[in-house]
Amino acid sequence: MRRRSFLKNSIPAAAILPALVDGYTVKAFHAHSPLMQALMNPAIETDHVLVIIQLSGGNDGLNMVIPISTYGDYFNARSNVAIAQNKILKLDGYANTGLHPAMTGMQALYNQKKLNIVQSVGYPQPNFSHFRATDIWMSGSDADQVVNTGWAGRYLNTEYPNFPDGYPNTTMPDPLAIQIGSIASLTLQGPAINMGMSITNPTSFYNLINNVLDPAPNTPMGHELTYIRTIANQTNAFAQRIIAAAMAVPQQGAYPQDNSLADQLKIVARLVKGGLKTRIYMVGMGGFDTHSSQVESADTSIGFHASLLKELSDAVKAFMDDCQFLGIQDRVMGLTFSEFGRRIKSNSSMGTDHGAAAPMFIFGAKAVQGVTGTNPTIPGGASVNDNIPHQYDFRSIYASILERWFCVPPTTLQTILFKNFQSLNIVDNKACTGVTDDPNQSAGEQLITNYPNPFTTTTTIKFKTKGKHTLIQIIDMLGRVIQTPIDKEYTQSGEFTVDFNSGALPSGVYYARLQNEQTQQVRPMLKVR
Amino acid sequence: MDRRDFLTARRKKAPAILSAQNFRTQSGLTPYVGPWTRNEVQHLLKRTMFGSTKADIDYFAARTLDQAINELLNPVAALPAPPLNDYSEDVPDPGAPAGTTWVNNVSENDDINEGRRFSFKHWWAGVMLNQDRSIREKITLFWADHFGTETYTINLGHFIYRHNNLLRTGGLGNFKTLVKNVTTDPGMLIYLNGFLNSASAPDENYARELMELFTLGKGPTVAYTEDDVRKAARILTGWRINPTTALTTFDPAKHDSNNKTFSSYFGGATITGQTGVNGELETDDLINMIFSKDEVSKYICRSIYRWFVYYTLDAAAEANVIEPLAAIFRTSNYDIKPVLSALFKSEHFFDVLNQGCMIKSPVDQIVGCMREWKVAFPPVASEYQDTYNMWGYISDWMGTMGQDIGDPPNVSGWPAYYQEPSFHEIWINHDTLPKRNQFTDSMIMSGFTRNMKKIIIDPIPFTLALPNAGDPNALLSDTLAVIYRVPLSDTVKQNLKQSILLSGQTQDYYWTNAWNAYVADPTNMSTAAIITNRLKSLYQYLMNLSEYQLS
Repeated sequence: MRRRSFLKNSIPAAAILPALVDGYTVKAFHAHSPLMQALMNPAIETDHVLVIIQLSGGNDGLNMVIPISTYGDYFNARSNVAIAQNKILKLDGYANTGLHPAMTGMQALYNQKKLNIVQSVGYPQPNFSHFRATDIWMSGSDADQVVNTGWAGRYLNTEYPNFPDGYPNTTMPDPLAIQIGSIASLTLQGPAINMGMSITNPTSFYNLINNVLDPAPNTPMGHELTYIRTIANQTNAFAQRIIAAAMAVPQQGAYPQDNSLADQLKIVARLVKGGLKTRIYMVGMGGFDTHSSQVESADTSIGFHASLLKELSDAVKAFMDDCQFLGIQDRVMGLTFSEFGRRIKSNSSMGTDHGAAAPMFIFGAKAVQGVTGTNPTIPGGASVNDNIPHQYDFRSIYASILERWFCVPPTTLQTILFKNFQSLNIVDNKACTGVTDDPNQSAGEQLITNYPNPFTTTTTIKFKTKGKHTLIQIIDMLGRVIQTPIDKEYTQSGEFTVDFNSGALPSGVYYARLQNEQTQQVRPMLKVR
Repeated sequence: MDRRDFLTARRKKAPAILSAQNFRTQSGLTPYVGPWTRNEVQHLLKRTMFGSTKADIDYFAARTLDQAINELLNPVAALPAPPLNDYSEDVPDPGAPAGTTWVNNVSENDDINEGRRFSFKHWWAGVMLNQDRSIREKITLFWADHFGTETYTINLGHFIYRHNNLLRTGGLGNFKTLVKNVTTDPGMLIYLNGFLNSASAPDENYARELMELFTLGKGPTVAYTEDDVRKAARILTGWRINPTTALTTFDPAKHDSNNKTFSSYFGGATITGQTGVNGELETDDLINMIFSKDEVSKYICRSIYRWFVYYTLDAAAEANVIEPLAAIFRTSNYDIKPVLSALFKSEHFFDVLNQGCMIKSPVDQIVGCMREWKVAFPPVASEYQDTYNMWGYISDWMGTMGQDIGDPPNVSGWPAYYQEPSFHEIWINHDTLPKRNQFTDSMIMSGFTRNMKKIIIDPIPFTLALPNAGDPNALLSDTLAVIYRVPLSDTVKQNLKQSILLSGQTQDYYWTNAWNAYVADPTNMSTAAIITNRLKSLYQYLMNLSEYQLS
């Protein structure tokens, strides 16, 4: 994210720090910071925050965002699960499309101009495996590519290229991203080659959060376990930052009960308001794999899927209301995604099978109200093989958010997403007006850079070694080592250069990885024609 | 009856040896006859070796407890081949060409010896990484801690190696013999100035440590005097090193041949001064006199206890374990194996209260981690330079985490084994704990690459060796049964399974299908990535939990 020039910034990028807050696992990209800094630096935070809501299992988008204009085809394709036309929730000024009757919260957000609905988001050659499709969405790869980094992780790597050397520095002591509700997410994985160097310490949160973790027994083992947990907790000043942030917010708006997503979003609002400079929060809910009994046969507007959509809708509405209450609504933008939608045609078990494209919600006070795209085309007499083709590539959503909300310039965008994607008017693009400065690029200790970047054929890599064995590898976006320009002993420390001649290699993203004994740093480079 | 209830009940009957901490135990050296399951095997292996691989556990689970301990205490594998010259790119060594061993070549050149010192450390890390199924490597490190020497001070490579070899070959033999051999070992003679000790100018350095650190220890019942130290120093005068042969010699001209009379602690004993070559016999007399004190056996048994059981030695452990163990030590005339055997076969060793409470030393953490995950190193036979580079990377990490093998902080060894009251907790601090995490993170995420060779934790071979990796519940339990000593609750395991292996899904078959797809076509990049990403996340997470630091 580009910052406004009057704001200083620096963010530790890398460590995965799974832990638990209020019973939810929290995963954060963090670095250490003194407790005192947390307590003495309650600066007013003005930067942008993105909340990513993962709907695990493959959400039935067709019953969530319902095509009113082609209702007949919709009903015929899935009569046993179709929502009755008279129950569909209307959108102000947009008659073609409506929402599932359980989503009164989302309807209200739309009507309050805080919601954009993007139709039929997917990608070419969709994959129908939960795991593989999830990895595609999280990595931002093509369907036939295996990329082991996450789109948000790569974004962080371009913004904070020197991490973790010289981090934390005084300007940004907080986790870069926090994940609540799950332990592992490829989304937040930076280039694997440089993310492994930071501290991963789930234990540090155990004492902080007071539940779910196995208590240490009153035995010598328990005694030592408690000791190690205590050190871990103290070591991780990030935990102290979170406590301080949480403590700084005595009152929040109302959230629905027995709603796990709401519980997670409540933590997010609290941490944002509490002053954490964290940019990305990941939350999630599961259960969308509705192969059977998706609806009640007597009334298709209720049932299991309806409960899920109500949970989602109520939670997001409560969250946005709370953001308004807390005065942070102009800083928060959110999106929902699921690994795939479901089949157009329902099955005979009152459910739907794995499908392809599905709608996404983009919510926030700065979301552009509207429905992006048109209702999906539903063939008359849909067969079991019919899927919704994508109108928008999911990476267009990422690109639009990065560009319009985090103010990422075009070449960097291409470095993160490997290609250029269509920019969509889903976020108020005035968000980036006046953003010029880029202090993050020089924050920390720069060990490896290249110039020019982007480059056409040859670029010069400049690197620092502390002496001893030093390695520079050129790695492609799929993680393959393409060249090893440096692999030798240095008798003393110093700054050196080496040219990378890309020859006939295709244009695209390449990473220069520096390994100097126990230190690593990765520099993304963009080859253009 | 719950074991601890039982112990509490017993405690009421025997208040005289009440534990200092309420969670300590009264159990003693009575042979253990309880369950002998993979749990007990794993406990035994984590304590006697560096890490417990699944293959190791399989192997010993197929044996009885007695068989297992007897095998662990009686190594049959050949001694490791000696260290090779891996430094000739930096320093040519005419006495030992690249790729050959330098241990039989005497060189006084500082640059060459620096190369040899590091070669030795790389080699030692490699020996531990390639340990056989015995206690040999752990007991070698134990003695290296007990007889603390520093390669930096000894400096001469051939003496460094010979000292280490002495500990490895004698570490399971007779302790009294070991003390005698260490006393006249060239490395030790250099390290504690024994080779300068002369009748005209006695040097007390070795005499003091011989009593204070190597045999008697310190404490309320150990009452040797400063004068005893001086007398012992005079007895030890005359030991020299022949610079040509690099062998220890005795120089009668430097020996103090007066009689030496000791304090009442030694019963006022007089060691008769000897002249000529017989002067060296006084050293045997001195060692015999020291070993006449029961404190020697107790002191050594306490050290063994702190290395292999736990560091808290309360009155109960003293009475129920140390005293009888020391008696065994004396009865066996200071043979080491009977002591280890009695300890490892005891109720006390297998007491649940003594399981999972050992904070791993850096060596234990690193070597155990590499072994348990089956990290593949380049073969030393064909690629010694690459192998030594990797071993060097590993030994560097040991130093980074606070255990620089070959160079403990001083003659006392590593503080984790003697520094009251923290002991093993000293290994874990605000500097070293993040480094432990950094090490495991980097080993599983990116590994270490040099000269086109790479060491990395590949989660696949480990997982393939599990009996039922297609079942995510079994995968997790079976993994924990190799790498963890601290049990995780079902709740935590379910969370890990669902969050990581199932990517948030609730049905186990999603993992099963993904795993089966991989097994059916291991060359498919896409299915392999699905499996690898999730396993890496899981294993990385497990290695970052505090539980992983305990064995």
